[in-house]
Amino acid sequence: MSGLAGVDITRLSVPVTRRDHIRGRFDAASTLVEYGDYECPACGAAEPLAQAIQAALGRQLRFVFRNFPLTNIHPHAEHAAEAAEAADAQKSFWEMHDTLFQNQMALEDEDLARYAVALGLDVDRFIEELMSGVYTPRVREDFRGGIKSGVNGTPTFFINGFRYDGPRDLETMIKALRKTANE
Amino acid sequence: MYVKRRRGALPAGTPAPDFSLRSTPDQWLNLSDFRGQNVVLAFYPADWSPICGDQMTLYNEILEDFHSFNAELMGISVDGAWCHAAFARDRKLHFPLLADFEPKGAVAREYGAYRDKDGVSERALFVIDDEGIVQWSYVSPIAVNPGAGGILSALENLQNRKKKKNK
Repeated sequence: MSGLAGVDITRLSVPVTRRDHIRGRFDAASTLVEYGDYECPACGAAEPLAQAIQAALGRQLRFVFRNFPLTNIHPHAEHAAEAAEAADAQKSFWEMHDTLFQNQMALEDEDLARYAVALGLDVDRFIEELMSGVYTPRVREDFRGGIKSGVNGTPTFFINGFRYDGPRDLETMIKALRKTANE
Repeated sequence: MYVKRRRGALPAGTPAPDFSLRSTPDQWLNLSDFRGQNVVLAFYPADWSPICGDQMTLYNEILEDFHSFNAELMGISVDGAWCHAAFARDRKLHFPLLADFEPKGAVAREYGAYRDKDGVSERALFVIDDEGIVQWSYVSPIAVNPGAGGILSALENLQNRKKKKNK
């Protein structure tokens, strides 16, 4: 690297806070952050891996999901991300998150509304918030934070604060998570 | 005997070599036409890399951020203009892709961003200021998409420095 003062391009620059969507204990020793896109096939393919890591590490891990919709190549990704945020407002983020990843080929607005019904959400509120773009700024905020941190596609994982460029397999990632865990 | 050292990417402070390259099958683009604007030059090895991790697809999502720093983004690879056109259409790219095609990789070589062995350019990023001077450069490992954080920080630093200077 040369030129303007050192820029670390692979460090998670937006720390995990209560604002985040977190699975697991907030004070867990290890943190896995995923920047993902609900319409991205590679993210869908990584879901079982993310879940297996959570199952293996249990209370030692907190898993964080942040939005990174690539809207030019994935025309449904933005609304899908906002749908998950709208579900979050009704305390059902992870339920919607899982539903979206299980139904990546069906992310039209009517599908999103259907999922809201299935999850027992207040559908009028859900649709109104989705249509008026209440969560557009939140999704964009996630996206910008991701860009700043060196997110380079989807999914991008950060292990304990640093971008993980290694192989995406259970054993290697668990090892990496353990190695840099807080004592 | 004098052995020429392998030259790295042009460092900050170097005047950016001018070039004229095809941006579409019937249009040419000159770097010098962009005086007065910052330019982000993103060399990459080839069109058609796997979609979700693709560097150009990512940059396409943040063009407005580049524009907010008075910066124009250009992608460059050794692919031909027709290949670029098909790639840009497929990925819905809204910025020019330049064909460093004939002589192959000539511009990449001038910027110290060519991989002789592979016959493609590095994943090399250059931020060039409004006077045509390289202000930041970075070469990423070939398999690692460098993302955009470094570019945006460099543009931000550039803007801050300019503000200070104008005070």
